Amino acid sequence: MLILIPVCRNLLSFLRGTCSFCRSTLRKQLDHNLTFHKLVAYMICLHTAIHIIAHLFNFERYSNSRKATDGSIASVLSSLYNDKKEENYWLNPFHSQDMTVEYVTFTTIAGLTGVIITIALVLMVTSAMEFIRRSYFEVFWYTHHLFVIYFIGLGLHGIGGIVRGQTQESMHESDPRKCEESFQTWNDHHPSCKNPRFEGHAPESWKWILAPLILYLFERIILRGYRSLQKVEIIKVVMHPSKVLELQLTKRGFSMEVGQYIFVKCPSISYLEWHPFTLTSAPEEDFFSIHIRAAGDWTENLIRAFEQQHSPFPRIQVDGPFGTVSEDVFQYEVAMLVGAGIGVTPFASILKSIWYKFRQDDRKLKTQTIYFYWICRETGAFAWFNDLLASLEQEMEELGKVGFLNYRLFLTGWNSNIAGHAALNFDKATDILTGLKQKTFFGRPMWDNEFSAIATAHPKSAVGVFLCGPKKMAKSLSKRCRQHSSLDPRKVQFYFNKENF
Amino acid sequence: MGQIEWAMWANEQALASGLILITGGIVATAAQFAQWYFGVYSIAAGVFVCLLEYPRGKRRKGSTMERCGQKYMTKVVKLFGPLTRNYYVRAFLHLGLSVPAGFLLATILGTACLAIASGIYLLAAVRGEQWTPIEPKPKERPQVGTTIKQPPSNPPPRPPAEARKKLSEEESAAATSVPSGPQENPIPVTDEVV
Repeated sequence: MLILIPVCRNLLSFLRGTCSFCRSTLRKQLDHNLTFHKLVAYMICLHTAIHIIAHLFNFERYSNSRKATDGSIASVLSSLYNDKKEENYWLNPFHSQDMTVEYVTFTTIAGLTGVIITIALVLMVTSAMEFIRRSYFEVFWYTHHLFVIYFIGLGLHGIGGIVRGQTQESMHESDPRKCEESFQTWNDHHPSCKNPRFEGHAPESWKWILAPLILYLFERIILRGYRSLQKVEIIKVVMHPSKVLELQLTKRGFSMEVGQYIFVKCPSISYLEWHPFTLTSAPEEDFFSIHIRAAGDWTENLIRAFEQQHSPFPRIQVDGPFGTVSEDVFQYEVAMLVGAGIGVTPFASILKSIWYKFRQDDRKLKTQTIYFYWICRETGAFAWFNDLLASLEQEMEELGKVGFLNYRLFLTGWNSNIAGHAALNFDKATDILTGLKQKTFFGRPMWDNEFSAIATAHPKSAVGVFLCGPKKMAKSLSKRCRQHSSLDPRKVQFYFNKENF
Repeated sequence: MGQIEWAMWANEQALASGLILITGGIVATAAQFAQWYFGVYSIAAGVFVCLLEYPRGKRRKGSTMERCGQKYMTKVVKLFGPLTRNYYVRAFLHLGLSVPAGFLLATILGTACLAIASGIYLLAAVRGEQWTPIEPKPKERPQVGTTIKQPPSNPPPRPPAEARKKLSEEESAAATSVPSGPQENPIPVTDEVV
């Protein structure tokens, strides 16, 4: 049950919205939904193993009791009510002596469903290993839909009533504490202890899984189906260098916040696949846009389809928007935004939104200063973002608020050619690669210096650090957040937020 | 879907099946279930499968993440050449290994999972995939000795550029002059120690 709730994204967005008065640490837990999903999955695997081992012992004991000829209480209990003509008061599911454990397993509902759903579970887990998921997403996505079989099997698992207990009336007639010693005399016409009668326990797993399953199916089928039927209009298509495609779209009734993402489906490429993309436009614009980089089968096919410039363009369906941490950016006085490569996309949305808020003179902005770090391997990827930074630069100058946005661009894939070129043009006012006033740095940022500089410049503020990038960078940044946060809660505190898909 | 290397998933599935076989085998043997000797077989088969499948093969496109400490097993698996490279062999081997474990309930799950892994390997083999070992690239050691061929031809102290140009004209004229000592000073140097 707990495994379904973290993937009900609409529910999470709803909770995030209604909990806006809660402290942000509570809401941050909602961002770790996939981690929670994986933890619950590991627990399910562990408990499945324990459950199976327990039933193996259980069946073995039943089988042995059935075959026992020593007249012990186990063998007496096993031989009760074995003819099917009488009612179902038996205890031992092994009705005859030649029934093997395998036979009982595969001919009872519980056994059969158990085997099937365990195989489904194993397949789901092996295809969800990080390596497979990152390299061959479709294998993971389609295999993971075996969860439907899993839940149906889980609901049906207890229907056969193999786990049995004594009936209430039988408990009154023959209380086990009184009668267990005298088991050899039950069949004599002795009034005090009759043969105990057993009945199967009713299945209970459906009570746990029904509500979350309905919720999830509602989200997937109804909400996504309804949203996918809504018409999405493509206003503009831009092909950027480095194989980055920008799509500007509109949809009736669509409203977004900064840093949210949408799921996109292109039926002409694949009928079943929905892929997530961060929105790169600001809420103040009258369209919404996404930037897509070629990173696998589906994205390459999509870019190729739009490159050919056939009109009409392929139809696009959109589900969303779903929220992530970037919405919190404006709650911090000082914000450090770090984006690695294509991970800069949520911050593109934030910076654009800032531009609009500035133009409209929005007083609700708590943010006083923003430090933006973009770390990239090659220059081509800068191009689509250049215009935005250039216009922001100009805007800041015009409004006289030069200190508001400080950005540093880091080029990690440099060679001596580029470095030599940069050294020659050292004296120029604008950077040769990007044309911006801020010079491009080569290599990786020295975080300790950056953190101490910010801590010194803002000694009493809460600084929010936002990262969209690889795990190693996340570890390094979160370590430095802890190191540079002062022990005194009134002084500078760094709060680390990470988002990744 | 065209770029999927099924062998990678088959590898994960087979590794998981190996672990399941070992667990089922341990339960059956320790509890001395009926026909527990199948449990012993299952442990042995599970260990073998795990060792065989532990080294991950190299992906055709993109970089492959090695499993922790897999380079030792990579050497052993490489030794068997075509037997381990070919996925048809692996598919039928796994199918064969899984059958005896199917006779005991405790290990039947391992049978089913290994049979599925065998099926995926068959699919990989049909599509022409092969197991290639991940080998570390040989480190290029810069040979310190070979890059220095001769001592520097114009070591300091050097005269300024004009004197050097004059000197080269003189040198080309007096090509037969014998250099005195290991270094020829372009400007007469006097020892100033008194």
